[in-house]
Amino acid sequence: MNTAAISRNPSLQLIQAQWLNLVRTPSYTIPTLLFPLMFYSFFGLLMIRVQALWLLCTFATFGVMGAALFSFGVGIATERAQGWMMLLRASPAPVGAIVAGKAFGAMLFALIIVVVMAVLGATFGDVRLATSQWLLLTGVLVAGALPFCLMGLALGLWIKPNAAPAVLNLIYLPLGFLSGLWIPAMQFPPLLQAIAEWLPPYHLAALALDVTGAKTADWSAAMLNLGAFTLIFGVMTALGWKRLDGTRG
Amino acid sequence: MNPPVLAECRELSYRYGATTALDAVDLTLRRGQVTALLGPNGAGKSTLIHLLLGLKPVQSGTIRLFGEHAPDARACRVRIGTMLQASGVQDNLTVRELLALFASFYPEHADFDELIDEARLDDVQHRRFGRLSGGQKQRALFALAAVGQPEWLILDEPTTGLDPAARRRLWRAIQARRDAGTSILLCTHYMDEAQRLADQVVVLDRGRVLHEGTPDEIRRKVPQARIRVRTSLTGSELEALPRVQQVERLDSGWSLLSSNEVETVRALLAADQDLADLEIAAADLETAFLALTERRDTGTESTETQWEAA
Repeated sequence: MNTAAISRNPSLQLIQAQWLNLVRTPSYTIPTLLFPLMFYSFFGLLMIRVQALWLLCTFATFGVMGAALFSFGVGIATERAQGWMMLLRASPAPVGAIVAGKAFGAMLFALIIVVVMAVLGATFGDVRLATSQWLLLTGVLVAGALPFCLMGLALGLWIKPNAAPAVLNLIYLPLGFLSGLWIPAMQFPPLLQAIAEWLPPYHLAALALDVTGAKTADWSAAMLNLGAFTLIFGVMTALGWKRLDGTRG
Repeated sequence: MNPPVLAECRELSYRYGATTALDAVDLTLRRGQVTALLGPNGAGKSTLIHLLLGLKPVQSGTIRLFGEHAPDARACRVRIGTMLQASGVQDNLTVRELLALFASFYPEHADFDELIDEARLDDVQHRRFGRLSGGQKQRALFALAAVGQPEWLILDEPTTGLDPAARRRLWRAIQARRDAGTSILLCTHYMDEAQRLADQVVVLDRGRVLHEGTPDEIRRKVPQARIRVRTSLTGSELEALPRVQQVERLDSGWSLLSSNEVETVRALLAADQDLADLEIAAADLETAFLALTERRDTGTESTETQWEAA
């Protein structure tokens, strides 16, 4: 093998490691990708086909959020249990590169989910958008994975490794529902509607709905909410990372 | 005449809540030497390693690495290769991919082919880590520790779970590194491993340094023989015999650990004309060592510290 061709950049190496890990575990990768696509097919394409565009935006948000939460949350927790996280931390690998590798995996999942869901929506749901709208939708949702990456990372660092999948499901599904990703929040009773407006998935979906022209959104409110949660989870991540230093985990 | 200092701990203590893992440890590691940190499970070896690597914050005491006070953990890690206890790696990456990954963390790296050859992983270099045997995994982890050509190798229980042949191969790899000038900190609970490889042995038990010295100095403090005998002498009479370090009641007769079986047996024969079934065997080192750490004990039962059989 030609060693000159091997990247000396730790971030690229960790991204490649993440890629190989995903490609080589189809038993994890395929169900994770199929889950939101299946959801969208049932609700958006079979049951409420007239709302195919609306549901494309909200279910894609749901899928992106899941990919980020699980690849970070369960991924980090598993790697803590394996001892891989400890070995990486003991190595000179920069923390940023470790996170970059994971973020790449989550963003890649987000991209695949959005693109395949969009193709399904266009083919079977008669969703018609301008090229620029398709690109904006993809861009908003892939970038919008970031706060959920940090949320998953923070949870993965704080939750006991073997409890991570259960706890994440307990957060993921209610969060998706309460954010109006399955049933639009405007059909909620007033109290639930007020709650929805505090939740980051609600705002990410609002942006997706806005760029596709389904419903105009208040961009400054959405960006403020997503930015604030990014910051909160960022701080929780930093604290969780520091906390690992004091435990045997 | 001593080689220069590589790392130094002074009054280093660490607590997990109410549990004291390290209790005022003083330690000096020198360049180019193999230092064995010897002790049973729970002695504080892993905690000490984590502190040296900056994986845990120093609670009290000082650590000096590479001559620097308050060393920056990240800057130091570039000069250190680590093999941690029970560390898993991503099962889905091949040996070769893992080497490339870890090589990217260091400014320079060793030739992969040479490393693979040294670790005898030629046949499995393109096999995923998860499909390697236990011995191959340990050798692969050793290669990962060495790939960045570190000045200092920290190896936590590198041969645990290996069969004797695999242990010897790893010993040879460690010796080769030392001969090439690498400083090595070897944590082990195998006495023979420490004796075989180390220039300096530090015995750690329940967070305290019990002994420090060359393997020969340590060996001299360790009981050398186990004597079994049936005798009418009482336990306290047996304990009073010269060189006896431990007395244990058996179903039939007694078992004694002695640092000099000739002196002990001479006294034993003089004290009891009617003794029977005298049997003398070289004490296995782990048992002997356990006796040593128990003897230094301040009254508490040490059932929590278990030595794994070699």
